[in-house]
Amino acid sequence: MLALLALVIPLVMGIIALVVPWRRWIGWGSVFSSAGVLGIGIGLCITTSSHGPVSALHGTLRADALSSFMVVVIGTVSLLATLQTPRVLSQEIAEGTTTLRHASYYVVLMQSFITCMLAAVLAANLGVLWVAIEATTIATTFLVSHNRTKKAIEASWKYVILCSVGIALAFLGTVLVYFAALHSGAATPHTASLNWTSLMAIAPHLNHGVMRLAITLLVLGYGTKVGLAPTHSWLADAHSEAPAPVSALMSGVLLTVAFYALLRFKAIADAALGPAFPRALFIVVGLLSLVVAAVLLIDQRDYKRMLAYSSVEHMGLLALGAAAGSSLAIAAVLLHMLGHGLTKSTLFISSGEIAHAEGTTEIAKVKALLARRPVLGALFGCGFLALLGFPPFSLFVSEFTMARAEVNVGLWWVVAISLVCLSVIFVSMTNHARHLLLGGDSSRAAPLVARSVVIPLVTALAVCAFIGVSAWPLLSLLHAAAHVVAP
Amino acid sequence: MSTSFYVGALELTTGAVLVCAVMTLWRRQVRAIVTMLRFQGVALAAVAGVLAWHEHDLGLAITAALVLGVKGVLVPWLLRRVIRLDPRSRETAPLINVPASLVSAAFLIVVSYVVCSKLTALAPSAASRLVPIGVATVLVGYFMLVTRRRSVSQIVGLLLVDNGIALVTFLLTAGVPLIVELGATLDVLLVVVVLQVLVVNAGARHGSIDLDELRELHD
Repeated sequence: MLALLALVIPLVMGIIALVVPWRRWIGWGSVFSSAGVLGIGIGLCITTSSHGPVSALHGTLRADALSSFMVVVIGTVSLLATLQTPRVLSQEIAEGTTTLRHASYYVVLMQSFITCMLAAVLAANLGVLWVAIEATTIATTFLVSHNRTKKAIEASWKYVILCSVGIALAFLGTVLVYFAALHSGAATPHTASLNWTSLMAIAPHLNHGVMRLAITLLVLGYGTKVGLAPTHSWLADAHSEAPAPVSALMSGVLLTVAFYALLRFKAIADAALGPAFPRALFIVVGLLSLVVAAVLLIDQRDYKRMLAYSSVEHMGLLALGAAAGSSLAIAAVLLHMLGHGLTKSTLFISSGEIAHAEGTTEIAKVKALLARRPVLGALFGCGFLALLGFPPFSLFVSEFTMARAEVNVGLWWVVAISLVCLSVIFVSMTNHARHLLLGGDSSRAAPLVARSVVIPLVTALAVCAFIGVSAWPLLSLLHAAAHVVAP
Repeated sequence: MSTSFYVGALELTTGAVLVCAVMTLWRRQVRAIVTMLRFQGVALAAVAGVLAWHEHDLGLAITAALVLGVKGVLVPWLLRRVIRLDPRSRETAPLINVPASLVSAAFLIVVSYVVCSKLTALAPSAASRLVPIGVATVLVGYFMLVTRRRSVSQIVGLLLVDNGIALVTFLLTAGVPLIVELGATLDVLLVVVVLQVLVVNAGARHGSIDLDELRELHD
């Protein structure tokens, strides 16, 4: 019941925004819808931890501990992003860059985007999961091109083509899993399905050759949507051209929802093939992503693109954590998803404010933010420290735990290579941040920052620091969620 | 339906899907390419129809009707509108010329027979023997995507990939569960609508989408 409600709330909000002409309260309505999703996510976590998985709509929707955790992540980041909606849209309408109609469309698309992500994590059927993830591409295209500049249209064109083509491979992979299930000998054509529970039950009987091909296609296909190398190239364009709250939502949670799909399929492949083959795949794409991110971050000139490539880096880290595959590693992966969602959305939202105030996204043209815009500079700086993995923020704990879990399964050489990449990334990003933030500049600009920026972002950073130092309330939840996909 | 007739009909319709894919590489007029795509949609629906008849599967029959409606009628109609609105995309601008493209297509077909040997070995049947043809269609679609530079050609490449995957689905598993099939087909339709709107928006504001001019964003 709760699972169904999670989908209905943003859907209804989207429909309201579609039929009612734009008013400011519609923007606030989307905030309440996200808050509702977050509340339901917490409710689902409590229910699933005491009563086990729940299902709704005749078993079409199913929430176990992992799905519930993902609902919490989606709710948290979308609350951060939608809190910006009323102010950003009113501002754009006042400046004449957006019409009332487009403001309504923005809310409709945001809400359908959130609905699609929720449908993806709550789907019992892995085919429906694919449909929902492909639908997020459709919902987000016009959000990316919201500013309707030539660059924004170029970015959304590349985004649709590359993601659709990439994720088509994931569909082929899904079909192969279904084919293997049909011919496993453990299921008749009538009982075989793409349902998670029935696939996990027959996983050890799935044909090896077919499953190898399937998991390779799935990693490449969903990897496109996650932003893993070699098909990461859409990510920087889309994230740098989209409005800041959209980038926050895409980078903070869409990537991890696609990664959630990979976690599910990896569990099936592990059971069918043993851990060695899927692990090798995840290590290859993970390390490749780290190398690509390191190389492209060294000489990055645009701070929004810098944040986008840092997402590639963090997705690479998630892939390496998933490669280790122990329940400790998966728990750390999940914590990293939440921490990355919080910090990356903080950074994208504050960088959107910086871009709006300074009129440029070039690193070279923005200087001494801490002196000129203390509040915004401090928010950006704290988010930056969190992103680079400084304690007390939770990314420190999750990165450290993932590395430990990798060493535990004998992947010390992977940790060594990733440490080299991480230090290159650390140095180049610190260098960019130094240029953006530090320096003495007397031309003090108006330091006004809206409360709707400061309060949510400070809260997000505080939460990120809190879950970095306190085991309560996440620890048992993370372990329960990790056990769904790890032995 | 007798077995030999079933096998014959299946081979004919499946073969038609691949022939249409190769023809899209051969023709230079985008209008002709869209016609090929329509024939391909019809052939794909026919494959699903033949299988549905043979297996007495109602779900697959519904899928066949859906494929006919979406890929045989709606999508080609949308593409015609794109051509009308974006005059520059009336001729393809291949990076690799037509004869070389056709040779490459032949090569891709051989490759797909090699990689599919494992799949066909697991469940040899009249349908699964034809799976390499579906994979070849997917590969031809990818080839189209990377070697043609106009906006419509890219959409066509995307649709070839999608049709190829749908063909593999029909031949391997007699279709995925209906709910997934419905969702997947709807997604394809929406993607084409989205791309059409992008072409229209770009055309209205900044002139046509020429992939050689999509160079502003790079690292």
